[in-house]
Amino acid sequence: MDIPYTVQPRPDTGVYNAKVGMWLFLASEVMLFGGLFSSYILLRVAAAPGTWPTGWLSVPLGTINTLILALSAVTTLLAWASCKARMFDRYKLFMGLTLVLALVFISIKGYEYSDKLRHYEVVLKDGRIADGHLVTRNDKEVVLEGRYVQNHAELMNGRASHGKPHEEIRIETPQIQKIGNYGPAHNTFTAIYFVLTGLHGLHILGGIVVFAYLWGPGSRMWKTEPERFTNRIEVAGLFWHFVDLVWIFLFPVLYLT
Amino acid sequence: MSDTHPDAFKAYARKCGIIFGAVACVTLAMVATSFAPIHNRAVAIGLVLGAACINATLVASYLMHLISEKKMIYTVLVFTAIFFTGLMGLSIWAAHDVPRVLGR
Repeated sequence: MDIPYTVQPRPDTGVYNAKVGMWLFLASEVMLFGGLFSSYILLRVAAAPGTWPTGWLSVPLGTINTLILALSAVTTLLAWASCKARMFDRYKLFMGLTLVLALVFISIKGYEYSDKLRHYEVVLKDGRIADGHLVTRNDKEVVLEGRYVQNHAELMNGRASHGKPHEEIRIETPQIQKIGNYGPAHNTFTAIYFVLTGLHGLHILGGIVVFAYLWGPGSRMWKTEPERFTNRIEVAGLFWHFVDLVWIFLFPVLYLT
Repeated sequence: MSDTHPDAFKAYARKCGIIFGAVACVTLAMVATSFAPIHNRAVAIGLVLGAACINATLVASYLMHLISEKKMIYTVLVFTAIFFTGLMGLSIWAAHDVPRVLGR
């Protein structure tokens, strides 16, 4: 069976079917991420004054990831343009670069996640709070590389200089009232942060799988149906640009404001 | 890019490089703005999100080719924009929908 309009544009829409399908999918994605962004707005506006954290995420890493994703969007486009210009070796190069950049992005994101999951807040029975990265934890004690604060308000502004150098803190287990890392269950901010970036990360992983296929076994189509293959690269690229667009808003919302 | 000539590819690659440069500059300006001593928080957030909108416009217009798309695609996007605006509008409306205290 021959599937119509995979190469030539449909006369009534003016575009080939896969492109219409991708744009309709992206429209649904806009509403998916829109719902989560509106949740973020509601949670942030409803937070009591001084309780919404700022500066908890690494701006240099976020900036590097923004530039990496923007560069990968360009290499995706150049991969498609290479197909248009009938330069298959260039296509392989640019698609390979896109894959590498996507892997770097997800690796940096993974590092950020692991950093948050190693970051602990320990509430002591005397009311003090120890905040820092976990060194070791056993039945007898917890060792952190961090500092003591008197209350949560001191932890809310990550950009404010606290003037206390980080030191090794040893806390005996009987002294601990509550202990937890900066994972999704820590507070509302980390919950929405992990949900938004986690969903975005899943899209990145999906893109990596598709690009790896189009770079590897899927590229065999170039020999038999180059136009159809070029169209596949275009719609995959559209998805990738959308993923870049989402990050363009996630970065300032979560890292900078 | 409709031309299949290698020279057209070079010109297109140059254009893509310019777009990336612009996105990188706006991103760095956005980061710098977030560290600038702007005391009005709403203005600071507005400036940062404004820069994000410029980046989004660059990506959507040139990298997604929305600057020269077919009517069908624009139609899909107009409906998306209407629903997205409604979604955000309802969120902001709901955020301000608090009971009024009598006598105030």
